Amino acid sequence: MAHYALNINGVTHQVDVAADTPLLWVLRDTLGLLGTKFGCGVGNCGACMVHLGGLPTRSCMTPVSTVGRKKVLTIEGLTAQGDHPLQKAWQELDVPQCGYCQGGQIMTAAALLQETTHPTDAEIDDAMAGNLCRCAAYQRIRAGIHRAAEIAAKQGVKS
Amino acid sequence: MKRRDFLQRSALGSGGLLLGSYLDTATAAETIAKPSGAAPLGGFKPNAFISISSQGVVTLISKQPEIGQGIKTSLPMVIAEELEVNWKDVRIVQGDLDPIYGGQSAGGSTSTPNNYNNFLRLGATARTMLVQAAAQTWKVAVGECLAANSAVQHQASGRSLSYAELASRAATLPLPSAESVKLKDPRDYKLLGTRIGGVDNLAIVTGKPLFGIDVHLPGMLYAVFEKCPAFGGKVLSANLEAIKALPGVRDAFVIAGTSQLTGLMPGVAIVAESTWAAFSARRQLKVTWDEGTVVEQSWDGFAAQAQKVSKQAGTVQLRKDGDPAAAFGRASKTVEASYSYPFISHASIEPQNCTAWFHDGALELWAPTQNPAAGQNLVANTLGLPKEKITLHITRSGGGFGRRLSADYIVEAAAIAQRVAAPVKLTWSREDDLRHDHYRAGGFHFLRGALDGQGKLTAWHNHFVTFANRITRDGASVLQPGSGASLSGDEFPGRWVANCLLEQTPMECGIPMGPWRAPGSNVFAWVFHSFIDELAHAGGRDPLEFRLELLGQQDLVAGTGERALPYNVGRMRRVLTEAAQKADWGRKKFPRGQGQGIAFHFSHRGYIAEVAEVTVSKAGVLKVNRVVVASDIGSQIVNLSGAENQVQGSVIDALGTLMFAELDIQRGRVVQRNFNDYTLIGMSDAPPRIEVHFVKSNEPVTGMGEPAFPPLAPAVCNAIFAATGKRVRQMPLSRSDLSWS
Repeated sequence: MAHYALNINGVTHQVDVAADTPLLWVLRDTLGLLGTKFGCGVGNCGACMVHLGGLPTRSCMTPVSTVGRKKVLTIEGLTAQGDHPLQKAWQELDVPQCGYCQGGQIMTAAALLQETTHPTDAEIDDAMAGNLCRCAAYQRIRAGIHRAAEIAAKQGVKS
Repeated sequence: MKRRDFLQRSALGSGGLLLGSYLDTATAAETIAKPSGAAPLGGFKPNAFISISSQGVVTLISKQPEIGQGIKTSLPMVIAEELEVNWKDVRIVQGDLDPIYGGQSAGGSTSTPNNYNNFLRLGATARTMLVQAAAQTWKVAVGECLAANSAVQHQASGRSLSYAELASRAATLPLPSAESVKLKDPRDYKLLGTRIGGVDNLAIVTGKPLFGIDVHLPGMLYAVFEKCPAFGGKVLSANLEAIKALPGVRDAFVIAGTSQLTGLMPGVAIVAESTWAAFSARRQLKVTWDEGTVVEQSWDGFAAQAQKVSKQAGTVQLRKDGDPAAAFGRASKTVEASYSYPFISHASIEPQNCTAWFHDGALELWAPTQNPAAGQNLVANTLGLPKEKITLHITRSGGGFGRRLSADYIVEAAAIAQRVAAPVKLTWSREDDLRHDHYRAGGFHFLRGALDGQGKLTAWHNHFVTFANRITRDGASVLQPGSGASLSGDEFPGRWVANCLLEQTPMECGIPMGPWRAPGSNVFAWVFHSFIDELAHAGGRDPLEFRLELLGQQDLVAGTGERALPYNVGRMRRVLTEAAQKADWGRKKFPRGQGQGIAFHFSHRGYIAEVAEVTVSKAGVLKVNRVVVASDIGSQIVNLSGAENQVQGSVIDALGTLMFAELDIQRGRVVQRNFNDYTLIGMSDAPPRIEVHFVKSNEPVTGMGEPAFPPLAPAVCNAIFAATGKRVRQMPLSRSDLSWS
């Protein structure tokens, strides 16, 4: 066991866990932040996507010992009320089917929109390639990202 | 926490019961879902599904499991429509497994057809009582009062009472007679047929706990369960003492299990203080297995066996009409082809999991399940518990696709919890999920078709070589084909071809099989509509025109097989014609490398036709550019947004299955391990255009979780043929070279 101070969604959490514990399981089991999902454990599906130091990162492949002082943002921290442009667009277009992968989809999309305010279909396909949706709600995920870009532009804020 | 507080608190949430609330409100959560619970103070609870509080919060129970098919939103909409309640006033609570709700299995696209009419009546009955309460209050005739927008109005006097104000009086009224409850005219529907977002959407996009894997109880422990990589293998020994000494491990033990392939299989459980401690300890686990004779089984072996038995007559004759031998003898042209498809996995992204807790002489379960009663039964029978001692909470499922109709992971969690003095959550790894699925069976079809001089289909012969498990039934040892691995003699074009021979030969295997989205249909449609396409082209016929001729003009064709389902040809002709028209079938010219394909299929009470437009590059890379879907699923679309989402998802899921899905079996086990070698379709392969058209009929309303799946693969493969001249006879597509010059 080792001690870590983790900055998650703007709050510092003190945890005592094995050094090789993936950030995913620290979030889920230790801190009860259950929005970040376990899908494959090997970085293939994207259900565990968080932002680490602002970059989309698979938390199932990120040992807690490597997090350091980097800020962790999870789906719970994007906005708790659901008013991030992507969260709004997802509700407006009724994107989810089972919904299990959607937290990860939104976190990857949020990183994309930070870099590219109005992505093309090809840019979306490229950015989202590591996020699997078994229900195959891809058509609405793609539409949701376009819609979120519009909402963000209207709000005049960077999403 | 008091019921009323709970209601108020959940009213502040997303409208869904948050699993996180099990942490502090387990009792309240259960109570609210229990029909026997009293009405809220000052409230109105006319039946197990509807509760209206004195604050005007309308709580509706969703009894069916939500697996992504949208039922938690759509069935409550049916009640709300007749109840004349504002959707914004409605809160949905997932019901536990409870006999008062009737059947609660979500499979076969049956949740809607089995409940639709009852749910209309539930809502209408409650609305009738609220109107009576208002009429009594005002001392006016019931006929002068009108329910709308969560209130009753007396139009003559302009008075209005909200449901909140009427709840306590309505609660004192007797249930109205069935005749006095009048259903609305569907033309007056305000909610049904509109687009309503999923009731859990806010919880989903903000990462709230919802799914089975999110269940978190105080003092909970975490378990993994290692089964033999070869199907059905037994534990001989394991290094349990070494495992128990590892950090965070509380216990490790062998579960002997049973011989039922889809039940509690033998294995080694590790119980630990965290998921990661359990996963880490498992890497040190060394088990000696008795793998049994299943190790002699392999996909290649079965494929060779299938070729061999295809030369003989089938062991089962499913259908024989006319004189097929004579018809083939006088055919102008005979076409022969064989088609095959592999075993595939369900691969829901939420791995199988279940939380179990033995306490106070009873067992409490939290499970992402499509069939909670099956879970309760399997646990009761396997562990020897009375059913009434087993409470099962249904959580949202991160995908189902038929996998969670099985209850193996539920009985595993229960068997582990029996040995642990704490709640315990069993979590499967992805590798467990892929290697211990109840698979969609592979299969081999050996087909012959005869055409006369006009290119008309005169004879059809299919020998289907399939997979079966040996089971004991009524004391006798019998071969039971896997779910969806047995052909009905009525499956199209059975019944339509005058000279028809359908045969089947099951190959015995030790591979566990189970229902997979649109069982049987998900492959039969591909095989038969690909071969029908071959016959159309061989006869120099247009594939649409050939199909319309085959369907014929008769409106209803009675069932003859064991399933005895009538087939409404008129409905199929309408969707087929609609899909063709919307896709400009026959009016578009395509350059080489591009083309259109068409197919239709009847399953799960739904009549669906699809046209696919594809481009195949010279190098053989497929791009599906457009899919047009025409569906007839009855007189009413419940939730337009949900129905469209199901069609779009079915189309892309079916495309991914066609393109990539394949498991290899060697030495009695699955070779693939994770998503790196079991490929799921990603966004870039999803067609940019999927056009969804609903053709309404006067037929009963049915579900949309499955029927749009089957026609996609043949439509795409027929389009590939149109584009390249290459016929795909083997799934997945990644095994076919589609290049052309």
